[in-house]
Amino acid sequence: MKICVLVKEVPDAAVQKKIDPSTGRMDRSGEKNLNPYDTHAIEAAMQLKESGAMAVDEVVAVTMGPDSAERALHKAVSLGADRSIHLADDALAGSDVAATGYALSKVLEKEAPDLVLLGQQSDDGECYTIGAVVADHLKFPSLTQVIKIDVDGGTKLRAERQAEYGYDTVEINLPAVISVGDAINEPRYPSLKAIMGAKKKPLEKVSAGDAGIDASKVGGDNSAAQWTGSSEPPKKEAGRIIEDEDTAETVEQIVAWLDERKLI
Amino acid sequence: MANILVYALQYEGAFNKNSLGAVSEAAKLAAELGGEAHAIVIGQGVSDDLAGSLGNYGATKVLNVEGPEGLAQPVVDAMAAAITAGDYGYALFGGGLLGFEVGAGLAARLDAGVAMEITAVRAEGGKLVAERPILGDSAISQISFRSDVGIIIGRLNAFELKETGGSAAVESLSVDFSPFSGQATMVTRGEQRGADVDIEGADVLIAGGRGLGAEEGFELCEALAGAFGGNSAVAATRAVVDAGWFPYAGQIGQTGKTVAPKLYLAAGISGAIQHKVGMQGAENIVAINKDANAPIFEFSDLGIVGDLNKIMPKLTEAVKAKKGA
Repeated sequence: MKICVLVKEVPDAAVQKKIDPSTGRMDRSGEKNLNPYDTHAIEAAMQLKESGAMAVDEVVAVTMGPDSAERALHKAVSLGADRSIHLADDALAGSDVAATGYALSKVLEKEAPDLVLLGQQSDDGECYTIGAVVADHLKFPSLTQVIKIDVDGGTKLRAERQAEYGYDTVEINLPAVISVGDAINEPRYPSLKAIMGAKKKPLEKVSAGDAGIDASKVGGDNSAAQWTGSSEPPKKEAGRIIEDEDTAETVEQIVAWLDERKLI
Repeated sequence: MANILVYALQYEGAFNKNSLGAVSEAAKLAAELGGEAHAIVIGQGVSDDLAGSLGNYGATKVLNVEGPEGLAQPVVDAMAAAITAGDYGYALFGGGLLGFEVGAGLAARLDAGVAMEITAVRAEGGKLVAERPILGDSAISQISFRSDVGIIIGRLNAFELKETGGSAAVESLSVDFSPFSGQATMVTRGEQRGADVDIEGADVLIAGGRGLGAEEGFELCEALAGAFGGNSAVAATRAVVDAGWFPYAGQIGQTGKTVAPKLYLAAGISGAIQHKVGMQGAENIVAINKDANAPIFEFSDLGIVGDLNKIMPKLTEAVKAKKGA
């Protein structure tokens, strides 16, 4: 069996994120890292493989993005993926969620995985939605925000998640697309050896044409959802901040603040 | 193309509050576009009475579909069938997990544009423009659609529900579900885990997050809530509920409850958007966090940068003393 894990390069959590005012796209310059949610997806794939619950022959990391996104793939293979695929093409720049999902589904179609895993959201766009888009193009069943996966007889999974009314348990036949939440596992740290070896694992670069992507459906100008401008949110008056140096004094200030507002 | 189709989620004989808000919002927007708001309901044996009750929120027609409820892909099949056969320019969702899944799947199916986490929608020149706060709500993006159908997924609690006293015609719609949407089946739905705690009616909520460090950290929250006494309770973020530190019934945010207490004290909570949507209606927000850059400080009225393990016990004593005075 083959598991494909979709990964994404995102601005590092420590970087102040901003929007390019001329295009409405996120300014993705600066320090970048593998989307933290995706490390949970890779870990989930590795646990399925290592536990023997599924006969997994191969874990393949797949990304779409500019040249720098290669580093996210290096990180993904250092965490255990066997090889990686980088979909890179200028024609894809500025694609919205629907176009991005379509493009990724074309790469996945060629790989014909039994299971596609991804993080439930990206640290930058926070769209939650890419898994559902990919699944509909692949005609696979799908679930998002999954926090537990059990294998049921090799061809079926039992997945748990929190939904509107409590915890749902869903049985899902493979092939399937599953996005995972961060509660699903504690991702491992790559060993030094794995980091050193990452660059030796096969990395295949694929263009939009190679993947059979219809160029009229992707890219900023062809995306169906169009950014048309941005505005400032209504300003909320900044709250008061106390740096705790002397805790007795801090607590006195908190109590006085609460008392003024008749909250005690 | 002026009509708007809304997915109305129902469970055990009642509609989801966010779905009702979406129906009200669609009715308002459809009137501005010169069209109608229709709703679509899926379930096993949903009564026409229940379906028709959406008329009271502004729907003029409700499509009642017999099918599995609680999973997204059958709803995508149903909405795609309705939109293909009907005259719809937009599909609207009230947010929540299923709203995101159905909206995204529908966008793929119809080659449509999708915008999510939307907090406001307006009609402009016969079309809808959606507003999405981005970058931790520090800016708002305006999004419009160039596809035949635009898909708008609201942020939780973004759309206010409004009773109109109207009524809706109910039509049953039979749907040929796609083979793959039958490949997922619900085993158990809506399971409640852990004790039943009531946080929605509390005046004072002491909420704990990952910064508590461990399940035992909730003892600090319980002690402080106890000091406030009266109508106070302890609540939690999704992360710690999923980690098993606190019961699901006490969870605030996107997949949990929405609260508006007089005082909301957040201990060790970073303040992710998914949490914020569930508590930003609180009258007074106090946050204790050791990370000065935590987003929660951007929307708290009083922020304390420091170690909650040092501050909470002393604060508990001080509140007790004040109460006794």
